[in-house]
This record gives sequence, structure tokens and C-alpha cells, in this order.
Amino acid sequence: MNSWIDLTALWQIVVVGLLAGAGLPALFAVGLRLLNSPARGAQAATASGSGTVTESDHVYGGNQTGLVGAVLCFAIVLAAIGWGIYLIVAST
Amino acid sequence: MGNTAVLVLVVVTALGFDFTNGFHDTGNAMATSIATGALGPRVAVALSGVLNLVGAFLSLSVAATIASGLVDTHVVTLTVVFAGLAGGITWNLLTWFLGIPSSSSHALIGGVIGSTIAAAGGSGVLWHGLFSKVIIPAGLSPVIACLVATIGTYLVYRISQNVTAGARNRGFRIGQIGSASLVSLAHGTNDAQKTMGVITLALIANGTLGANANAPFWVILSCALAISLGTYMGGWRVIRTLGKGLVEIEAPQGMAAESSSAAVILLSSHFGYSLSTTHVATGSILGTGLGKKGATVRWNVAGRMATAWVFTLPSAGLVGAGGYALAHAIGGTGGVIVDLIILIAVAGTIYLKSRKTAVSHKNVNSEWTGSVAPAEPEPVAA
Repeated sequence: MNSWIDLTALWQIVVVGLLAGAGLPALFAVGLRLLNSPARGAQAATASGSGTVTESDHVYGGNQTGLVGAVLCFAIVLAAIGWGIYLIVAST
Repeated sequence: MGNTAVLVLVVVTALGFDFTNGFHDTGNAMATSIATGALGPRVAVALSGVLNLVGAFLSLSVAATIASGLVDTHVVTLTVVFAGLAGGITWNLLTWFLGIPSSSSHALIGGVIGSTIAAAGGSGVLWHGLFSKVIIPAGLSPVIACLVATIGTYLVYRISQNVTAGARNRGFRIGQIGSASLVSLAHGTNDAQKTMGVITLALIANGTLGANANAPFWVILSCALAISLGTYMGGWRVIRTLGKGLVEIEAPQGMAAESSSAAVILLSSHFGYSLSTTHVATGSILGTGLGKKGATVRWNVAGRMATAWVFTLPSAGLVGAGGYALAHAIGGTGGVIVDLIILIAVAGTIYLKSRKTAVSHKNVNSEWTGSVAPAEPEPVAA
């Protein structure tokens, strides 16, 4: 054990920090991508239909399976944050 | 043995420091959200203020560190604590004026260490504690935060590359509000505790509390209020440097940066590391510039910050030592009052100078032209 650096705490901060600090935003991005994925069959319509730029600004792309997946992703992100705050409060 | 008049002055000055800590550090949580337009400037500082208040009550593991781990509590007198606070406040105001996000924690620790050395010599400082609990974490934390934010930013852009631009901005702005809120909460748990630790140290020095006592409730409450009020005032100069100066930030980067900051700060809090939220937030914002292809990172701004960080401990320490020497030479309550008058004069001067190049919620997002002061002057308020 090094008395200058608490290595145990350090590697835990790095590993958990990566999981929470980089993993959760990545999961959020996955959720957003699923949510934004176009409805089945809409792909062709968008490709052929010209000038539907405003339409594509909607966050929800219209794919129901995507919606379910997105809700799941966001739920995991929220649960992880809640768990983290619980740990902080409980450690006092 | 107790001196109530000086004790009151110390507590008031400590709360004053806590206030500067709040407005100096608003940018850590909110700069990126303000820069990307996820939150309006005034909404952002109000939200951050409330969450700092809540955060201050969440955890108390860092408070003990400052009170007992860095200086020998037996040599600490009220005058030592007072001079240390004066050092911290002076450095905080000076860096705020220059728009440099430097560490409020280091300013405080530097000030207290400087005044301790002036009072009792180098043996009054627990050097091992200073290195293992302050200096080494200070070196590591921005690197860890930068790494996490770089990877987070890379992943976020990689995953969301097919999402339409409008949807991506809107989605990540919502994510940013959540992650920035977490950083504010984390700031409350971390930084408010440092002032709690100092007031506890003063109470111990005065004999009001026993040597290993915890912070009483009124200390926790008043510190929480002071830091959240300071946060609400908004340190617009620092917000501007972090949000516009260091890296031009888009919503996905903002969210990645804040998530990284929140995770690293909360984890360190959990392990009782009293690291600097400023160092972490700056490291994260830098990382988010590195993780996105083609993003501009202004290394000269980063360099200015790093230089300020290196000077924080010694500079605040010098002011703290000078403050102690002066108060000690005059002696007693009078010495502390003279110090306080000088401190107020210095603070007033810096404030007046800052009005000439004011940065406020109105011009905080103006184009970065190489300095804190925006090219166009602030619209004159009625």
C-alpha cells in the first residue's frame, strides 16, 4: 500500500468514473438514436420526398420498437444516477 | 481562552469565502449548458444555486479532512484561520477578475497553510497529508476527468452520428440539464463542506468544540446558504472562459463533459478525497474538445489556467502568511480588525475594477475574442 497515493481508491475512481462518466452518456446517446430511428417504411418516403427538413428535426422518429428501447436506455441512466446519489447519502 | 468577538469575525469571513467559492465555481457546472443554450443564463444559475444548497446536506465526509488532516489543530488559533480565509478570498477574487477558473479549495487550503507557517513554522503543517490529500489528487483529478470526458465525447458522437442534427441538439440539451444539475449537486457536497470544515476548525481552535468534533447543524446550514447564494450571483467572467474560451462546445460535448465531472467529483467525495471541482470540470471540458474530431482547443487559455493552478497554493499562502504577520504584530482583536479592513478594501477595489469590463448574463455568450471582456460592451442596465 502506498501511503502517498490511495491506489485502491484511485483505480476505483478511474473504472467507475469511466463506466458512469462515459458509459452513461453513451447509453443516453444509444437511447436518443433508437428514439430518433425512423418508422419502418418511412425511410423510402423521406428519401424520395424532398424538403422535409423540419420534419426530421423531431426527436421521436416514429419507430415503436425504437421508442421501447429508448425508454429502457433512459430508465437505466436514471436508475444509475439515483443509485449513485443513494450511495453518497448512505455513506454519511 | 475563547474570544467571542474574533470568533464571530472568523465565522462571518468564512461565510464570505463560501460565497466567493459559490460564484467562482458556478461555471464548473453551468458554463457548458449556458454556452450551448441548454439553459438560459439566469435559469442556470438559479438551478445551480438550489442544487448546491441540497448538495451541501448530502454528505459530510470531506469536511473532516480539512479540519484535521492538513494542519496541526493544536497550533491553529482564530487569527490563523482568519488570515487563511483572507488569503483564500483574495486569490478567489483576483482569479475571478481575470476570468480564470482556479480552485477555490486550493485557495482556502493555501491560505490556511500560509498562516499556519507564519504562526508556528513549517512543523505546524502536516506535509504528508498536504501531499497525499491535496497536491497529488490535484494533479491526478483533471487527467482522470479529461480521460473520461474524451472517451465519453468520442462514444457519444460515434453513436449519435446518424441522428439528425436538430434532434441531436434537442436531445442532448435535455441530457445536459440533467448532467449539469448533478455537477451542481456534487459541488454542494464537495465545496460547501470545506467551509464547514474551516468554521469547525475555528470552533475547535476557540475551545468551543472538542478536537475531533463534527460540524454543528447551524454551521452546515449557514455554509449551504452562503454557497448557494454565491452560486446564484453567477461568476459570469469564469463562466465565459469555461463555456466559450477553452473549447467551442456543442450540446453532446457539454453533456459528456458534465457527466464526466459529476462522476469523478461524486466518486472522489465518496472516497473522502477533497479534490478541486474546478480542476475536474476544466479537465472534462478540455477532454471534450479532444474527443471530438475537428474541435478547437485553445491551448493558450488552458495554459493560463494551469499556470494559475500552480500558483494558487503559494499565492494564497503568501497572503495568508502576510495577514497573520500583520494581525499578530498589531495583536489581539485589533489586529484581526485591521486585516479585515484591508481585505474589504482589496475586495472593493477588485469589484470596482471589474465593473469597467463587466461580464453579465447578457453578454456571457459573446464571441470569444481572446479575452474575458467581450468586444461589445455590456448593455447599460437601467
